[in-house]
Amino acid sequence: MNQLVSRLKGRSELGLAALLGVVGAAVILDGLSLSVPYSQADPVGPKTMPFIVGGLLLVCAVLLAVNVLRGGQGEAESGEDVDLSHPTDWRTVVPLIGAFVLNIVLVDTVGWVISGTLLFWGSAWALGSRRYLRDAIIAVVLALGTFYGFYLGLGISLPAGLLQGVL
Amino acid sequence: METFDLLMQGFSTAATPLNLLYAFIGVLLGTAVGVLPGIGPAMAVALLLPVTYGLEPTSAFIMFAGIYYGGMYGGSTTSILLNTPGESATVITAIEGHRMAKAGRAAQALATAAIGSFVAGTIGTALLVTFTPMVVDFAVSLGAPSYLAIMVLALLAVTAVLGSSKLRGFASLGLGLAIGLVGLDKVTGQQRLVFGQPLLVDGLDIVVVAVAIFAVGEALWIAAHLRRKPLSTIPVGRPWMGKQDWKRSWKPWLRGTAYGYPFGALPAGGAEVPTFLSYVTEKKLSKHPEEFGHGAIEGVAGPEAANNAAAAGTLTPMLALGLPTNATAAVMLAAFVQYGIQPGPLLFDNEPELVWALIASLFIGNTLLLLINLPLAPVWAKLLQLPRPYLYAGILFFATLGAYAVNLQAFDLVILLVLGLLGFAMRRYGLPVLPLIIGVILGPRAEEQLRKALQLSGGDVSGLWSEPIAVGVYIVAALVLAWPLLAFVLRKTRGPRPETAAADQPAAVPGTDLDAPAGGQNLRPVASPQDEHVDERIKERP
Repeated sequence: MNQLVSRLKGRSELGLAALLGVVGAAVILDGLSLSVPYSQADPVGPKTMPFIVGGLLLVCAVLLAVNVLRGGQGEAESGEDVDLSHPTDWRTVVPLIGAFVLNIVLVDTVGWVISGTLLFWGSAWALGSRRYLRDAIIAVVLALGTFYGFYLGLGISLPAGLLQGVL
Repeated sequence: METFDLLMQGFSTAATPLNLLYAFIGVLLGTAVGVLPGIGPAMAVALLLPVTYGLEPTSAFIMFAGIYYGGMYGGSTTSILLNTPGESATVITAIEGHRMAKAGRAAQALATAAIGSFVAGTIGTALLVTFTPMVVDFAVSLGAPSYLAIMVLALLAVTAVLGSSKLRGFASLGLGLAIGLVGLDKVTGQQRLVFGQPLLVDGLDIVVVAVAIFAVGEALWIAAHLRRKPLSTIPVGRPWMGKQDWKRSWKPWLRGTAYGYPFGALPAGGAEVPTFLSYVTEKKLSKHPEEFGHGAIEGVAGPEAANNAAAAGTLTPMLALGLPTNATAAVMLAAFVQYGIQPGPLLFDNEPELVWALIASLFIGNTLLLLINLPLAPVWAKLLQLPRPYLYAGILFFATLGAYAVNLQAFDLVILLVLGLLGFAMRRYGLPVLPLIIGVILGPRAEEQLRKALQLSGGDVSGLWSEPIAVGVYIVAALVLAWPLLAFVLRKTRGPRPETAAADQPAAVPGTDLDAPAGGQNLRPVASPQDEHVDERIKERP
């Protein structure tokens, strides 16, 4: 048991292999569930492509798992603002996702201006900005600006929500 | 001469005041996103797609063309002043250009990059004008089997040639093809991968997929590893070059262009290989090989030209065949589909005005870029001071807005988040994102050709290789896949060459390991120990 734990440690990439396997299996099962009579006009049918894609994913899942267990590792992407010397900073990522989810939940009811303001302000906060007032002003200006910009410039009415009648 | 007339008509469309304005907006935006870290031209075009629904397609594409070329100019500014390449094609610029900048020659590095980009972009676009109609003439005679073969080649090549791990490339491709399957099958009307969810019946909106993978995934990834202490930038004045710099730059520009265009035009080309080749060539031909690695102007001029010429080359298969081979071309192709324009060889017949205005605007944009980049480089460099929380919060804000505005349904934002998290995981585990996005775009079209091809042969599999061109293309595809093996066998039979880059990097990009005996070690992205090494050497100099 302990041996298993130590072998799995630092191999979170196996999760990715599992994901590939699950997606591959889902694609193939979904393909199997299709029922179409053979037709002269379409000898390939809608099932062939799912089988090819699902097969590719399953093969990749197995090979990736083998590769990871044998010590292989994907090369994390670098970039100008990316510092790979410290581990994933979940204390930034989780609040960021939280701000995103909050917007998904709220946008249809409270409207874009409020939810968009919260999205920007919350994201800036999560990313480490602590100038609350300046952040809030920028957030409101962006949300209001895009609301009117989309309405006047593109003819797209983003939801006004709670502020219906005010805006 | 027919081409010339069409091009002139393109200029007259592109030069209307309104379209010139869009070209100008495009190059400004393109330069800005090129300079800003964490945001590239592909992401910029993806974010702008929803906003451009109301525009004429021609105007929108003129703007996209400006962003495409502008991103190259801006990217080189960042590489030279910051020493961290935003993408693999600017690795070389980051090495040589940054060392020039450290040695007090930032102005010359920026100038040779900008002017070289202009020269290469202009020649590259002229080559595009010359060759694309020929490719179209050839392509219209192709049948479904040949098309399928070419698409398979493009998919395999983008997956197997670029990036360091083929396995991870294929995993990414598989995910992209699976995303492309979601929705109604066009021929039979069967629902695939819909899971009873009515909102999935129409398939995943390509704009949402592109924004999720490029913008949300990237922003989350950078947030997870945000550099707390931003890199120091090198202050810079107005770029200029002395007589000696011109003398040392013009040949590398031309040679870089000669490498860049054909590689960009190949279905798997990309800009990485030609920039490496150009660097190695310049090092070999230079009268000052000892300067390479310490800021040789040829080492900036050549690769930058190659990078820009490759960008022009990429547009050849994109416009002539509907084959995207880099991220920005892929998103632009998605834009064609959004506008209901069918990409492929018939594009030139169906939409001549749009295509030629787009090409003419490349010339215009390139000239505008030179004009705004040379005098304004110090202003652009100021963009690097933008507080990072605002930059990445802004990316998430506009990504959300764009994805939401497509259909005004919150469900799209759920998809955006799920695929954004996928993009995050892919960056974490080294899965390249390009095969995914190309898989999403080309997958459904490849399936269509597959079914057409076998319909013609009545279900007989031999229908797939019933055209000689298809056979030829499959042979090339097999060679692309077998290349590492072949190279390995060749090297074995020729005897070991311990100093090659290929020896310790079996999966390195083919081509670079052909002519890179001594330069090989320098070609990998900048490592900081090496950097300090050079700092010491610079200090040692009187």
